[in-house]
Amino acid sequence: MTPSDVSTALSDQGYLPDDGISTSVFLAMTLQRPLLLEGEAGVGKTELAKALSAATGGELIRLQCYEGIDVAQAVYDWDYARQLLHLRAAEATGETASMTSDALEAELYSERFMIKRALLRAIETVDGPPPVLLIDEVDRADDEFEAYLLEILSDFQVTVPEVGVFRAERPPLVVLTSNRTRDVHDALKRRCLYHWVEHPGFEREVAIVKLRVPAVDDGLARQVAAAVEALRELNLYKPPGVAETIDWANALGRLGATQLDEKLVTNTLGTVLKYREDHQRVEQHGVAAVVKQAFEKGLLHG
Amino acid sequence: MPQRSDPAEIAVAFTRILRGAGLRVPLSSTHSFAEALCAVGLDERSGVYWSGRATLARRPEDIEIYDRAFAVFFEARRSTSEPDEDEPLSITIAVDADDDAGDDDDAGDASDDPTIELRFSTTEVLRHKDFAQYSSDELVHAQDLMASLRLVGSPRSSLRLGPAQRATARPDIRRMMQAAIRSGGEPIERHFRKPTTRLRRLVLLLDVSGSMEPYARALLRFVHAAVAGRQKVEAFALGTRLTRITRELNSRDPDVALAAASDRVIDWSGGTRLGDGLRQFNDEWGIRGLARNAIVVILSDGWDRGDPDTLAAQMERLHRVTHRLVWVNPLKVTPGYAPLARGMAAALPHVDAFVEGHSVAAMEELTRVISQ
Repeated sequence: MTPSDVSTALSDQGYLPDDGISTSVFLAMTLQRPLLLEGEAGVGKTELAKALSAATGGELIRLQCYEGIDVAQAVYDWDYARQLLHLRAAEATGETASMTSDALEAELYSERFMIKRALLRAIETVDGPPPVLLIDEVDRADDEFEAYLLEILSDFQVTVPEVGVFRAERPPLVVLTSNRTRDVHDALKRRCLYHWVEHPGFEREVAIVKLRVPAVDDGLARQVAAAVEALRELNLYKPPGVAETIDWANALGRLGATQLDEKLVTNTLGTVLKYREDHQRVEQHGVAAVVKQAFEKGLLHG
Repeated sequence: MPQRSDPAEIAVAFTRILRGAGLRVPLSSTHSFAEALCAVGLDERSGVYWSGRATLARRPEDIEIYDRAFAVFFEARRSTSEPDEDEPLSITIAVDADDDAGDDDDAGDASDDPTIELRFSTTEVLRHKDFAQYSSDELVHAQDLMASLRLVGSPRSSLRLGPAQRATARPDIRRMMQAAIRSGGEPIERHFRKPTTRLRRLVLLLDVSGSMEPYARALLRFVHAAVAGRQKVEAFALGTRLTRITRELNSRDPDVALAAASDRVIDWSGGTRLGDGLRQFNDEWGIRGLARNAIVVILSDGWDRGDPDTLAAQMERLHRVTHRLVWVNPLKVTPGYAPLARGMAAALPHVDAFVEGHSVAAMEELTRVISQ
């Protein structure tokens, strides 16, 4: 396997990586290290994990982090309702009378009554390719949880006191994403390969639009990509990401558009810009100017 | 590229260059880099470049340093931008003073350094200043503040549940199960849970522009006390640019911390562009999560050379996501001070609380305001 094989495999799944992403993914796979992705919202961090799962055939296991997430929600919990039921049933049949409380406890806290959450499922032995574990927005979790994550990602094993040690025979492919709302701890970063995901260049963005929105023809795809590029230069609060470009192209396709015009842009701007202030900024700059830029750039290469 | 072909040797040599350029590279990363080079091979520039970036860089700020070092090492190119980080920081400050005779000789010495004017003044009194030197009096003073600040901050409810003494709507089945086993399987004891509370994040934005010069020292110490004394505090210096100084201030030793922070901030006593600085804070940190539901304290005199509309717009944006937005202005105790500064006037409508003064009493007032 080489980085270009990775690139081909991801492209087949509708994700067009640049050299940086395909090399990082290749390294994550060969060195069996987690890959930490940071970047603006909407540059395709989560999408990469989905494409990886589709490309490798491994199950996608997603753990969405949030403040207060703990072991019971991320690793495992006990099915208390079933435990209670089991207890009552055992009592009714007179089973408990002959059991010591230790034996009873051992029976109740066995694998059978465990609820396995994302992290434990990711390191469990599976037939077929190892799963892709997506730990989304790790910066939202607390420091304490991060420390726990570090332990799991170093050894790919989990110790459940009542049951024993779960260890991954083949470690999963781990992708972590962060929006940088706070610094992820250095110790965790050291475990990971790091990649800062950028907005794609013009040609790659055109290719992405054509791949993801086949209904849109070449000319319109170029214009949309060029218009988004123009919008990114306007110093907006939230410059549109690739996700917005795709949404926009999709919306225009549904409207049956074949090329951009001022009215069309004004009517569909809500798919690209999500702040009132940004809409005002574009109005100030002039929608016509954006359309003009889109036409020039779209034609120049087309 | 130097005449080496062993990935391990290349990795070691290159990480030494990176460390020299100011990047923190732990040994384990060097090891990863060597492994990555073995996996990718040395044939293509792009493979080598991305192997290094994935294993050696850990935050976007690292990338620029990495690129420069990469160019020097692998492409034997001289770095084009003159790196001046190693030179000791030397800034010339112009103070608005009537009596500036006798400073002319200093002016000659310092003519190459950037000259910064204070309070829109064109009068030039030039002097050098080391911000990292603090007297022992101030140290004691700061420790007092630290003690009071530890208690600060109104808590907020957490998603995490803790044990409750009284019956609530949330039964604690885990504990009930354990109790049931002890009583032979009969769930007799009832246990409950309730949401716990946790500290709100506290974000301190310290204006380090020229006009704040007399206070920035003492306030930085205050900020350090806050960062070192409590969890979930973030600190930024606002000048001509925004600098995150949380990491630098994390040291318990105030002298070490203040020296580190002073080194990090390269625009001490520079011009004031509050609006732009706040915008940068909002874009890169605040709106995406850091300021959400947090207590944000701006320590500034509100003198702003930028557009007041920008400042007002950014304050409004920030106010919308914060729990409380507090402005501390050291200048207001000056008799006759009305919000002369246009920036201050523009910002005031978007502030939850306004604290004036720079004395210990003012800081006490701030701790009270924050804990509301």
